[in-house]
Amino acid sequence: MTSLNAAASPVLPLVYERSAGYWETVGRRFLRDKVAVGAALVVLLLMVLAVFGPWLAPMDPYQSAMLKRLKPIGFEGHPLGTDELGRDMLTRLMVGAKLSLFMGITPVVCAFFIGSLIGITAGYTGGWVNSVMMRTIDVFYAFPSVLLAIALSGALGAGITNSLISLTIVFIPPLARVAESVTTQIRERDFVEAARASGASAFTIVRVHVLGNVLGPIFVYATSLIAVSMILASGLSFLGLGVKPPEPEWGLMLNTLRTAIYTQPWIAALPGAMIFMTSIAFNLLADGLRSAMEIKQ
Amino acid sequence: MTMANDEVGGSSQPMLSVRGLVKHFPLKKDLLGRGAGVVRAVDGVSFDVFKGETLGVVGESGCGKSTTARLLMQLINHDQGELVFDGQTVGSKSLPLKDYRRQAQMVFQDSYASLNPRLTMEDSIAFAPMVHGLPEREAIERARDLLERVGLAPQRFAERYPHELSGGQRQRVNIARALALQSRLIILDEAVSALDKSVEAQVLNLLLDLKEAFGLTYIFISHDLNVVRYMSDRVMVMYLGQVVEVGDSEILFKHAAHPYTQALLSSIPTLDPDRRTETPPLAGDPPNPINPPSGCRFHTRCAHAQAICSEKMPVLAPAQHGQQVACWMHVAGAAHTGAPSGQGAVKPLEVAA
Amino acid sequence: MKTETSTPAFVDIRQLHVTFTGGKKPVQAVSGVDLRVQRGEVVALIGESGSGKSVTLRTLLRLHAEKKTQITGQIRVGDHDVLKLSSDQLNRFRGRVASMIFQEPLLALDPVYSLGQQIIETISRHEKVSEDEAKQRALALFERVRIPSPERRLQAYPHEMSGGMRQRAMIALALACRPQLLLADEPTTALDATVQIQILLLLRELQKEMGLSVIFVTHDIGAAVEVADRIAVMYAGRIVEEGPARTLIREPRHPYTRALLQSRADGALAKGQRLETIAGAPPDLTNLPQGCAFASRCKLAVPECSATRPEVTWLAEGHSVRCLLAQPHSQSNFQQVA
Repeated sequence: MTSLNAAASPVLPLVYERSAGYWETVGRRFLRDKVAVGAALVVLLLMVLAVFGPWLAPMDPYQSAMLKRLKPIGFEGHPLGTDELGRDMLTRLMVGAKLSLFMGITPVVCAFFIGSLIGITAGYTGGWVNSVMMRTIDVFYAFPSVLLAIALSGALGAGITNSLISLTIVFIPPLARVAESVTTQIRERDFVEAARASGASAFTIVRVHVLGNVLGPIFVYATSLIAVSMILASGLSFLGLGVKPPEPEWGLMLNTLRTAIYTQPWIAALPGAMIFMTSIAFNLLADGLRSAMEIKQ
Repeated sequence: MTMANDEVGGSSQPMLSVRGLVKHFPLKKDLLGRGAGVVRAVDGVSFDVFKGETLGVVGESGCGKSTTARLLMQLINHDQGELVFDGQTVGSKSLPLKDYRRQAQMVFQDSYASLNPRLTMEDSIAFAPMVHGLPEREAIERARDLLERVGLAPQRFAERYPHELSGGQRQRVNIARALALQSRLIILDEAVSALDKSVEAQVLNLLLDLKEAFGLTYIFISHDLNVVRYMSDRVMVMYLGQVVEVGDSEILFKHAAHPYTQALLSSIPTLDPDRRTETPPLAGDPPNPINPPSGCRFHTRCAHAQAICSEKMPVLAPAQHGQQVACWMHVAGAAHTGAPSGQGAVKPLEVAA
Repeated sequence: MKTETSTPAFVDIRQLHVTFTGGKKPVQAVSGVDLRVQRGEVVALIGESGSGKSVTLRTLLRLHAEKKTQITGQIRVGDHDVLKLSSDQLNRFRGRVASMIFQEPLLALDPVYSLGQQIIETISRHEKVSEDEAKQRALALFERVRIPSPERRLQAYPHEMSGGMRQRAMIALALACRPQLLLADEPTTALDATVQIQILLLLRELQKEMGLSVIFVTHDIGAAVEVADRIAVMYAGRIVEEGPARTLIREPRHPYTRALLQSRADGALAKGQRLETIAGAPPDLTNLPQGCAFASRCKLAVPECSATRPEVTWLAEGHSVRCLLAQPHSQSNFQQVA
């Protein structure tokens, strides 16, 4: 039988052959996907805008000028025109990124943690515990998300914090379901059985074997929810339940520019375009991540 | 904390004693309450595994061998029955479950699904020792040592991931993992079935080497009768959740007593082009354990079935050449024309070697 | 000594090369396969994973994705030049001239149609018959493959049947349009022992009755011996030995064939005696060695083996081998090349 070690040297080399870890491989695959990388760059740009918007913006987002209301795109001094109160659109869009993205991402992040906790616990425990938890979740899941968001916001009252809470509650059920589903699948796998056979406690098994395999897919799903969250948040602001004027937020801007559709349709469409672009970018990012993580055997 | 597993009973004490093991799985009822039933996966199984032997377990779909393996590992709980390991009841104060788990381990069929895709080989192997209290550094040392023992150079394989190894290499890792707790009993559930023949041969040789080196006891479950014959000292044949025959493997293969065993052995494809099989020994598919036939479960397909076979279930009793068989034809004085004291006793067929 | 049979074969595969170009590096799955199958003959292709046996079979029906597969060579089945068939011609070829049965019927059968419907659909597509006649034929087929209560079973769905019955149903479906060539891709590998032998015997029976040519792919030598007239052993995309079943089993000449036969566990071995194993691992199909693909694992290899690919050596009537050390008319292979 041929020896697996180098025949010559009697002393075995101490260097161990390492291979790319899972996330390294995922990263490389992701970087090869041009569309995904493009989407990631757009998202990055938006994040930069969100953080540095107020400093990068050319003018004051709150400065109104009644004489310069609803000027078109390309107007002198206002590359993207002005809104119904004469404020610079470009500035408002840039500064608005911060709030819009905040309203979009925060609920999903919170729901990710809470939903994963619920879903993984239910998925791993199984039995009646699972049934009780998941059927409770299903009650919320049965409501269309928009209606649920509005109902909760209405009940809690308007304002940013309350809309964040209501949106978080809206997103917990879908994330919990995905978490439960993935966990149940992993739990059936032989390596989890083998871990049980070795006498490990449920907590250890979840920590070592389950988490690493389920958090990835749940995370990808969560990323695709960010776009939905942004749209819902904008919707809430549009209805007056979220952000209040004069704060720049894209959804709110859509509301206040409503009547301008007849006179300056391009201006009225701008906040919508930003929401649209952000949604697409996050969706493509999520898609790219999912593809990169599907490393076939 | 010592990791060595001490001998408790003597050498005559069976390593594992199984008595009356039963496991039924309930079927879901529909809204009207119809369709309720149970899958009698394991229905009264009793056997011993002696120290240092390899007990082969054979049977077709629905016979309950995989469920039995999982019951032995306590991955699922039995409904009835008793498991006694080296004289101590499993799950009792003298042998809590966690201690039992150190003594008995299992190797599964699917080598890829048995390994966590996110862990390196050494981490996978070191997991169980660490669970039982071994410090990480020592656990990794043990993992590397075991990799060496199973023929995988640690320098090349310790920090690899499952998808980078071939099926045979992964199965070696699974075997190393099963040995990580210095267990004495290893259950091999179709451990080589998914491997190519040439790889299978290598792994079988490895299993024999390890058995000698560590003084292991094996329960070897397989559908490949030739491999079972080669590996096992004794063989147990299961049908529809019960043991129908058990005995020394050579005796079983040459002088099978139970009609089902005879049919099973005759089904092995011949390697002689001049003596091809002409008629299949059994017709139809192995039945479903949901509504097993009354009495002897094999009577519906047995060429020698008579009235008593559908009325009363036979239990394991000694047969002509020393094996135990559950068949009325081998019970002295039974109401079967083939029984020893009846007329025209039917001898067990001599199966071609 | 005849080196080839003089009558034209029904299936004639010449110099078949199949390369998959989908991944990072091209995979040479099949590197120069020549195979002839006569009418009414059963040929078994034996090999392990990566040997190219399934790929060869699937190429006969052109089942691989056109864009990611490069095929060169010639495949003739009867009067059809398979590699040059147009899409329409290919659809008429499949099922009518040649059809295939697979290892896992649950994957090969459509789960939303009953078996009867699937058979009737196949018949109707290839032949102009009334629905009644198609039904009659489906019933007759089910009876032929020995499915009990055939009228009832025709209305059953694949998941409602047991494994053995599903396999019989798949055979019925494959034979619905009376093809002349049956391709079997490991049809009994997933079956229990008592069911496997039933299916193997059924195939033998049907083949004799219908005069089918069969190419039977398996990794189980025993199954091959039960059905095949001739056996071809494949390794790394090439046929390394080919001959009548009797000859191949009794007098294997290629070192790989011998090693394969010797590494089987059977009753002749003493307890505890170690099995003969083949050292090493199969070659990387993206990087095939220049010479004989088995050289690195072969106990008898000489330096020439790694340098040149061995040509076919005819040892006897119908028995050929690809090995530099094989000499016709000699008792053993062990004459070293000077």
